[in-house]
Amino acid sequence: SLSVAECPGTGSAQAGRAAACQGCPNQGLCAAGAAGPDPAEAAELRARLRAVRHTVLVLSGKGGVGKSTFSALLAHGLAADEAKQVALLDIDICGPSIPKMMGLEGEQVHQSGSGWSPVYVEENLGVMSVGFLLSSPDDAVIWRGPKKNGLIKQFLRDVDWGEVDYLIVDTPPGTSDEHLSIVQYLSATHIDGAVIVTTPQEVSLQDVRKEINFCHKVKLPIIGVVENMSGFVCPKCKNESQIFPPTTGGAEKMCQNLNVSLLGKVPLDPQIGKSCDRGQSFLSEAPESPATLSYRNIIQRIQEYCEQHHFQEEKIM
Amino acid sequence: ALPERTNLAGVQHILLVLSGKGGVGKSTLSTELALALRSAGKRVGILDVDLCGPSIPRMLRVQDSAVHQCDSGWVPVFVGQDKAISLMSIGFLLERPDDAVVWRGPKKNALIKQFITDVAWGDLDFLIVDTPPGTSDEHISTVEALRPYKLLGAILVTTPQ
Repeated sequence: SLSVAECPGTGSAQAGRAAACQGCPNQGLCAAGAAGPDPAEAAELRARLRAVRHTVLVLSGKGGVGKSTFSALLAHGLAADEAKQVALLDIDICGPSIPKMMGLEGEQVHQSGSGWSPVYVEENLGVMSVGFLLSSPDDAVIWRGPKKNGLIKQFLRDVDWGEVDYLIVDTPPGTSDEHLSIVQYLSATHIDGAVIVTTPQEVSLQDVRKEINFCHKVKLPIIGVVENMSGFVCPKCKNESQIFPPTTGGAEKMCQNLNVSLLGKVPLDPQIGKSCDRGQSFLSEAPESPATLSYRNIIQRIQEYCEQHHFQEEKIM
Repeated sequence: ALPERTNLAGVQHILLVLSGKGGVGKSTLSTELALALRSAGKRVGILDVDLCGPSIPRMLRVQDSAVHQCDSGWVPVFVGQDKAISLMSIGFLLERPDDAVVWRGPKKNALIKQFITDVAWGDLDFLIVDTPPGTSDEHISTVEALRPYKLLGAILVTTPQ
């Protein structure tokens, strides 16, 4: 039987030289070291990101589990403290959801002498997304990997984020160009860790286990896992049903098996989807919802994790 | 010399299942469509080009199957006693089911081209191509590799929000 060997990573010492590289169209480039991190570029990124205190990546592996929803609410939750400066970077180039969720559809990016300006939702909450660069929200961004990587690099290098306490990066589903690139580019600064989002079903968990392996492979610490759509709260009778039954034990069992932290479970609340569609913060719109309570607990745990772990210079790739 | 009969020459209809958005039920629909067509007496193949998150093997309970080679290329995995559904997915090529396929575009493109030209589908009434979310490498490569063949069309899946 056949087996699929893995790409060692274009930035690794094995790039272009591993057994898996045979037959890969990129082999020549990698072997010549041309795809490795450029020291001048790394220095540029380091300078730009120097004033970012904490960086959190929101990942999944599976699509449609609530990464963008969670990223948006994490940003709102952290920015509730007016003393904190929060930045939300959306690197989902094909399906950017953040502008709509933050009520910023139609906004454009402005340039100044110091770079691209993020679009501000609040004075202390700035957002960047490819969504702001499209002439129409229905324009498809049909780009191959290298072009997507280029824009992600620009987002990090050319956006004038200023002093930031928390940089939250929302990602598309998968373990591909965007994910490799963001980890590679952010190795110029420090990533506190990744929050991995899932739903209770095995079809989601099987992709999320892969994402957890991706994090281990690129030495990205895992802050923990969030289980979304974990039960449905009826708006009338307030009873809970399992819409996506955890047939294999849900995130709880997976976290036990893989020795990662379960940050919390968030029930499905129809108000969540509505708030996202309307660009409002669900936490403000439905402060009494059990889902809000779950989100707030999870956000607090993430904040505690970040504040407890001291900044360390670490080469991630 | 006679042109070689391509591996897709025996396929009557090719359907793409697309979305853009993740988690809306593309793989679920692809699976249910294949099962429904099989019940109607059709021979169906499913090509799963979601390389990062292949869901179809588990949905058809063949996640522990392996892929073999024959003279014309790779033999797809047959589902069920009647073998009326055949499936190709990167899921069958992983050493361990939790292995992440951490590939950049060019390597994904190379495998997708292979999936389209090197799988010995034989005679099929329908080939359903399940895709990952987005509009990127997988989608561009799939459509380009299928260009010589007449596509029936695309089904787009969404949710109400």
